[in-house]
Parts: sequence; C-alpha cells; structure tokens
Amino acid sequence: MNWELFERFGPRLIDGLFVTIQLSVISVVLGLILAVPLAVVRARRGTLGSWSAFLFTYLFRGTPLLAQVFLVYYGSGQFRQTFENAGLWWLFRDPYWCVLATFTLNTSAYQAEILRGAIQAVPAGQIDAAKAGGMTPFQIFRRITIPQAARLALRPFGNEYVMMVKASAIASVVTVFDLMGVARLAFQRTFDFQAYIAAAVLYVLVVEIFRRCWVAMERNLNRYMPARH
Amino acid sequence: MIILGADIGAWSGQLLAGALVSVALAVATVPFGMAVGVAVALAKDSSNRVLSAFGEGYTTVFRGLPELLTLLLVYYGLQMAFQITAEWLGLSVTVNINPFVAGILALSLVFGAYSSEVLLGGLRGIERGQIEAAISVGMTPLTAFVRIKWPQVLRLALPGLGNNWVVLLKDTSLVSVIALNDLLRQTSLAVASTKEPFAFYAVACLGYLLMTIVSNMLLMLLEARANRGWRPMSP
Amino acid sequence: MENPTPASTKSPVALGAHDIHKSFGNLEVLSGVSLEACRGDVVALIGSSGSGKSTFLRCLNLLEVPDKGDIRVGDVRIDFKSGPRARRVVSDRRQAEALRRRTSMVFQSFNLWHHMTVLENIIEAPIHVHGQTRRQAIEKARELLDKVGLSQREDYYPSQLSGGQQQRAAIARALAVDPDVILCDEPTSALDPELVGEVLKVMAQLAAEGRTMIVVTHEMAFARDVASHAVFLHKGKIEEEGHPSRLFSNPSSERLEQFLSPFRNGGFGEPSGGRGHPISPRAVVS
Repeated sequence: MNWELFERFGPRLIDGLFVTIQLSVISVVLGLILAVPLAVVRARRGTLGSWSAFLFTYLFRGTPLLAQVFLVYYGSGQFRQTFENAGLWWLFRDPYWCVLATFTLNTSAYQAEILRGAIQAVPAGQIDAAKAGGMTPFQIFRRITIPQAARLALRPFGNEYVMMVKASAIASVVTVFDLMGVARLAFQRTFDFQAYIAAAVLYVLVVEIFRRCWVAMERNLNRYMPARH
Repeated sequence: MIILGADIGAWSGQLLAGALVSVALAVATVPFGMAVGVAVALAKDSSNRVLSAFGEGYTTVFRGLPELLTLLLVYYGLQMAFQITAEWLGLSVTVNINPFVAGILALSLVFGAYSSEVLLGGLRGIERGQIEAAISVGMTPLTAFVRIKWPQVLRLALPGLGNNWVVLLKDTSLVSVIALNDLLRQTSLAVASTKEPFAFYAVACLGYLLMTIVSNMLLMLLEARANRGWRPMSP
Repeated sequence: MENPTPASTKSPVALGAHDIHKSFGNLEVLSGVSLEACRGDVVALIGSSGSGKSTFLRCLNLLEVPDKGDIRVGDVRIDFKSGPRARRVVSDRRQAEALRRRTSMVFQSFNLWHHMTVLENIIEAPIHVHGQTRRQAIEKARELLDKVGLSQREDYYPSQLSGGQQQRAAIARALAVDPDVILCDEPTSALDPELVGEVLKVMAQLAAEGRTMIVVTHEMAFARDVASHAVFLHKGKIEEEGHPSRLFSNPSSERLEQFLSPFRNGGFGEPSGGRGHPISPRAVVS
C-alpha cells in the first residue's frame, strides 16, 4: 500500500468519484425525460415519427460511445463560428458539457428502447379489459399501460444505469477529470499501478451497492405483479 | 471521394485497414471470451461453494469495472508484471506488451463475465427431463452434457450472446486509447492530419454502424437456424 | 333451478347483432351470424374450437371490428359497411366507447389489472368512465364484493388470489358499471376443476336476478340448466339454436349431435361444476 500516493491523490480521486456520479446521474435523468416521448413515438408503427425515432435509437445504439464523444467534441470544434453565432459555443467548448450531452443522447436511445419493449410487453388482456370497460385510449395509456410498463422496465433500467456509470469512464479520454481521469493522471505522474487499483475498487463498490439497492427496490415494487417466465 | 467537404477517399485505405483490425480483434476475442464464459458459468452452477463464490466474485468484478479501466489494468498491469519478472530474473530488458494481445485479453475477461450470465440462464432453462432421458438410454453424464444439454443451452443463449458480440464490436474502439490502429485510431490520425474531425468521425461511426447491421443480420439467420424444429408446446 | 322464461316479443331488446362477418386475412371466421337478446335472456354460445364463438363475442363490444353487419345495444347502433377498415375504426371510437359503456366483459384469463387491488379494479371504470365519485364507487364496490363472496379481499392484489377468487372479482368489476349486457368469454375454462363451481354459482345467481348475459362456454350443464337460449356455432355460422332443454335432449342437426355426444354419454355433471366432469370439456380448446 502506497500511502504517499493516497495522501497526494486521495482527495482528488474522491472528487473524481463525485464527477463520475454527477455525470452518470444527470445524463441518466435527462435521458429518461427524452426517452419517454421517444418511446411513445417509436411504439406507433409506420409513421414518419416512428421511423425517425427508430433511426435515432439505432444510430446511438449501433455506434461506440467513444466514437460518438469524439464526433461531438472534436467535430463541434470545426463549427465553432456557427456555434458562437448561435450562442451555443459554451456548450461545445467545455469537454464536460460535450460529454454530458453525448451521454444523455446515448442513454436516451437505450432507455427509449427499454421503455418501448416494456410498453409492448404489457399483456394484451390488460388492455382488452380496459377497452371493454369503455376507457379512452389516453386513459388506458395513463392508467394501465404506463404503470405496468414502468414496472416491467425497472430491471433493464437498472442494468442501463450501471452501464452508464461504467461508460462514463470514457469522459477521461477527452480530459474530463472524473474518477477514471484522476486515476490516469495519478498513474502518469507516479507510474504507480495502485492508482488504477484504487479507481477499480471504487467503481466496483459503487456499482455493486447501486445494483443491490436497485434489485431490492425492484423486487419490492413488483411483489404483487405476476411472476415472469 | 469527398464527403462533407473532406477528402475521405485519400484515407479510405487506412480506414479500411483500421476496420479490419477492429473486426479481427473482436473475432479473436470470441474463443477466449467464450472459454472464460463457459468456465465461469459452470463455476456458478456448481454445488461447490468455493467455485460458485469465485464465479460470483468474478462476475461482480468485471461487471463493475469500466471496460476502459479493465483494458488499462491489463495493459499496464501485464507490462509491469513482465517487467518485474524480468528484473527478478536479472534481465535488463524493457518489455512491451503488444496492444492487440492486451486488447484480446481484456475484452475476453469482460466478454466472459457477461456471457457467463447468459450461459447460466441457458443452463438453468433446460428441463431436467432432457438429461434424465439421456441417462436412461445409457449415456454417461459427460456425453449427456455434451450431446444433449449444451446444444440446447447454446440455442437459448444465442440472443444474449449475439447481443454481447455487438457490444464487443463497439468496445474494440477503446483500444485506440492504447495506440492500437483500429478504426477509431486511424480516424483520429486522419483527423490530426486533415483537421476535418466531423466528417471523419462521422464516417467512423458509419463504419461501426455497418458492422453492427451486418452482425445483426447474421445473428437473425443464426437464430432462425438454431430454432428450426422448435415450437412452443401447445397448451 | 328453473330456466328463465324464454324471451317474449314484449321484452325490450337489450342487444341485437345482425349478419356479422369477420375475416382474419384469408380466413373467414364469421360468415353472417345474427343474434338478438332480450332483457333477462341468458344466451349460451357453444361450439367446437374454430367455430368463431369467441370472435363473435368480442365483436359485440368491438374488441374485434366486424367487416360487415350491424350491432345495437340500447340506443347505440353501429353499422359496419365494407370499406377501408382504418377509417371506420377511427370514426367509431366514440361510438365504440358508447357501446362499451353499456356492456361489460368477463374474460377467460380474468384480466384483472395486476398493479391495482381488487377494490381499485372494481372502482376504476365507474370513476373514470362513468363519472361516479370515489365514495359512490367504493360503496357500490363493497356491496358487489359481498355479493360475490370476497368482502375480506378488497385490499388484496390479484396475484394473491386463487383463480376462482380472481374471476369472482372480475365479475364484480363487470357488475360495477351496471351494464345492459354482460359478455362472458369462457369464464371457467382457465380454472382448476374444483374452482369452477364457485364461479358458476355466482353466474347462476346473476341469471336468476334477471341479468342479460351472453356466455361462451364449454360447461354444458350450465348451458342446459341456466341459459334461456342456446346457440350452436359451427365454422362461423349458426348451425342450430333454440331453448336448451330441447337442444340438448333432442338436437336436430347431426353436427350438434356429434358435438354433444361425449357429454351426453358421460353425463353433464352438476350445473354448479361439482367434483369434476367424467369427460372434461376442457379438452376442447376454442
């Protein structure tokens, strides 16, 4: 154990951890907000909207996050003039905001697909009973489909949120000082492998704690829902 | 060929070479990754407490570590390990790890972790009656396992494994960080030279998208083939 | 148990369906089925699988949209003229909802809403479709729960109940909106034999109270003893219909005779379900 390393970089590692958590939480929450209308549009078939939504989700799910980040971060630099004129350059100049925006779009695509799958997985009989009762399509969606789809989506959402925490490490490649970024910095300065070990321990801890809490919450919320498979 | 104002044509050879490296890396990872996945799945499914704890622990670690960190741990870790061994043996050489090899190793460990979960689900999804029938015609447990259980496990696990393959393809882009000339790194080199990041990174994304689309199509064919003769039992 | 008096021409018509046609792709499932149910009638729809009886029932509350024909419930009348289906379905949405406000359905797989308690299931439509207040709806719901024997279960979730209990709750849900007609789609087919009786008992009670019901069923004893009118469907057409006492003891069509033979040889069993049928009609899946 290299205590000098931890004295020197310990606090910064913790700061980096907070940046990681910040990035993950904000992008996931914003992504969810985007994902709901995206999923609804996607679930209708054959409309222009649903095809555009499909394209959006396919693009973001079919390409690596690192490539997406490079595209947005380095690519936006090319259009600096345009962004400055639109007053948006602040968004694209700072790697933190660039990365946050890219992460948000990326996770919104995954979350939209999860939601769409969940909406389509609500048993047809539940909808039939609502129709038979005379409920309007909007009422059915609000009172039957969404509550059940949300419960079905909990487990895959949990997986996606874990993925996002891990994917956030990519931010370090474009000089954001999240946990990974600080670890790399520490390694480059000291060539002490324990910098990476420390980061590894922290990531595994955070992920595992989150995962267990999430699974417990999901089991609790779904305790009266029918057993799956 | 000019796309988005940039001369992609001049770089097409390099980009293609990079894409080949990406695909080669993914393809080379699969056998090792599957070996790890099978081993860990069997460990988790065994009644031996130590083995199953190991399996769970392995999965926890590699599902919790960012792939980028795993890659760097393997790359620098192996380097240091070999360096220390060399010094201990009295050799004064600098050891360099081939980034391609490091990539295969790191990605196999990750692929193995995720695949073990999928395979475990497959193992647990096979009805006991299938093995009982095999044993009652005189097959040894090993033969029954190989000829009856595993083919069915693979069939059940195929969608999950296929999904892991696509994720693997995308994860290969991370090796650009350790200076391996995959598609993304070649693109970065091109960008450094031409100062046209948007066009080139867009093309790189399209390249990965193509790989994803082709993979999905092949997987659909594979799944159809694996599922021939299977119909859900009528109620 | 006495059969209800057959409908006289003086009873008002609760539901009328005329010349209903329905195809799924190239398969014509209903080729001109007509039915009239007066208030207080209990109509049993019987037939083998593929005869179209469930499809017909689902047309009555527009869960399936007929290709041709017309349907009337109370003062709501819908005509289905051949033409682009999409247009017709959209323009009929208000009418479909009006029609569904006058009918209720009990499903083979209960279809109680999983995320709501029994009580919440029952008050959902009265509050959100019929505009009742929460207090009114809860009061009525508790009466109905008592009627079907589930007073102690109002805060239970469907997954905590047996099949028979779930179906009785579903019946209470169907009654809560005070429908003109109750449509029952094989209400006991998904139940274990020992639970069939409790549900049939409730349904017989509703029949005795004068509820108008149209029931697709394989429970021949129920059809024979409780229904006021039986309709035998075969391949999308009405093969034979009439008063159950005549139909079951003296069928005129050969197909009906063939259909009834397993039941007649083994007996129909008790109308309340009893301890299991000698030859289980559950072997026939529609």
